[in-house]
Amino acid sequence: MATTNSRTLARFMLLPSVILLLAWMIVPLCMTLYFSFIDYNLLVPGDKEFVGFLNYEFFLTDPAFFESFFNTLYLVTGVLLITICGGIGLAILLDQAIWGRNYVRIMVLAPFFVMPTVSALVWKNMLMNPVNGLFAHFAIWLGFEPIDFFAQMPLFSIIIIVSWQWLPFAALILLTAIQSLDREQLEAADLDGAGPFSKFFYIVLPHLSRAVTAVILIETIFLLSIFAEILVTTSGGPGYSSTNITYLIYTQSLLQFDVGGGSAGGIVAVIIANIVAIFLMRLIGKNLEG
Amino acid sequence: MTIKNSRRSKLIYTIAAWTISGMIFFPILWTLITSFKTEAEAISASPSLYAFDWTLENYRDVLSRSPYFNHFWNSVVISLGSSLLGLLIAVPAAWSMAFVQTKKTKHLLMWMLSTKMLPPVGVLIPIYLLFRDFALLDTKLGLVIVMTLINLPIMVWMLYTYFREIPNEILEASRMDGATIGEEIFHVLLPIALPGIASTLLLNVILSWNEAFWTLILTAANAAPLTAFIASYSSPEGLFYAKLSAASAMAIVPILILGWFSQKQLVRGLSFGAVK
Repeated sequence: MATTNSRTLARFMLLPSVILLLAWMIVPLCMTLYFSFIDYNLLVPGDKEFVGFLNYEFFLTDPAFFESFFNTLYLVTGVLLITICGGIGLAILLDQAIWGRNYVRIMVLAPFFVMPTVSALVWKNMLMNPVNGLFAHFAIWLGFEPIDFFAQMPLFSIIIIVSWQWLPFAALILLTAIQSLDREQLEAADLDGAGPFSKFFYIVLPHLSRAVTAVILIETIFLLSIFAEILVTTSGGPGYSSTNITYLIYTQSLLQFDVGGGSAGGIVAVIIANIVAIFLMRLIGKNLEG
Repeated sequence: MTIKNSRRSKLIYTIAAWTISGMIFFPILWTLITSFKTEAEAISASPSLYAFDWTLENYRDVLSRSPYFNHFWNSVVISLGSSLLGLLIAVPAAWSMAFVQTKKTKHLLMWMLSTKMLPPVGVLIPIYLLFRDFALLDTKLGLVIVMTLINLPIMVWMLYTYFREIPNEILEASRMDGATIGEEIFHVLLPIALPGIASTLLLNVILSWNEAFWTLILTAANAAPLTAFIASYSSPEGLFYAKLSAASAMAIVPILILGWFSQKQLVRGLSFGAVK
């Protein structure tokens, strides 16, 4: 009797979360889907007719889409490469016996807590500015021509900033994983005369594979939606050279008020994210059982 | 011989670790230092780490010339408000999933996570239009609602993993003693779960404080939290490095301190339990 009661109660306690998330996910998504099939511009009142897949056709054949698709790809893979490689290196370093390890950890972790607009503006103005930035002063001091980062390599500059933000996350997750490594295994390998490289490739790296997969998938979810860093540094330019899909949809929707086109883009973005999400869910699902 | 060797390797590792972590931390340190410089010193061609006239002028200017405190307060209300509201909704859900498991529990958890993976641009237009129609644009209430919803899955998930660690026997014992469900939750479960609830709250305050998609899109002058206010420095005020630094320093220092307390929870919360 008590169990039936508590089961009913448990269901009621779940209800608010489920209803809210359902509403948050289904209602707007259905609206986006609906908008993506109509000709609807906020600047052109009254003009809302069904146009089939025309919005998708325009969005997917727009050269801007191709450019931002590949920018998104470069941005995500570039940041992943830097943060995973750097993160593994940092994790191994922080796992060693060192003096003041807590302080080192605190310093490494700090960039993750800096809000995106602050980190982007600090890097853009105070470090990467070609006239007054610290890198420019440094280049002149060494006798080089200062680099105009955001004019010459806008996307790469954004990759650097975003990598700086996400390196701590990768390092922290990988450090947690490394610390769960069985020390006896390493000692046994030492006794067998294994060098540092074979220890790394045959013991450490396989042990980390799970955590690396998790970092890749989680970062990808967030990196697909990079927005603030682009808005405050390049606004997607010059041209479309630093526009990613998220930013492209933002400009179409809220700067050009093209509800139909922006919605079609939104649905495309949802499909791309879903492909990543499926892999992530599998990984987490496995963990839930084990 | 080996002891001497291990001392030497410890020294080398220490130097390497401090150098690299110093480089990673440098942009933040540089921002903090620049915030105490005059504008002229901030763009000087021979910048200095300490040999300049330290001044609080920038902090005074930022606080007096812009409605800085207003935006700071918006950040506090939005991040704390959404986290508390989120707890109110998430604690019961996590409790029921952790202690009254059914076959559907796992699927439900996964489904909740999947909502977190929905890219914001997928719902950008409807949310914007709904906010416009319900007069929620540029209001704190609107942002509290959005923040609560986007962080709800992480909250439920984190709380679930904490609640799962509470031994069921304790709850059963209290039931044997005739405790009602309410008593069970408030006198038995909550005191044990409080550390987990506190870390969930902390992580969510941090995540909402730094959220920079919806805050930039849904706010203007009124309800803009610090993320959106700092974005207004992108041009041309960004040329005033010392003021940008002072405004940035005040925006990031409180959360840096909170963040250092929540290191461990960060792994648990952001990896959705994939890494423990």
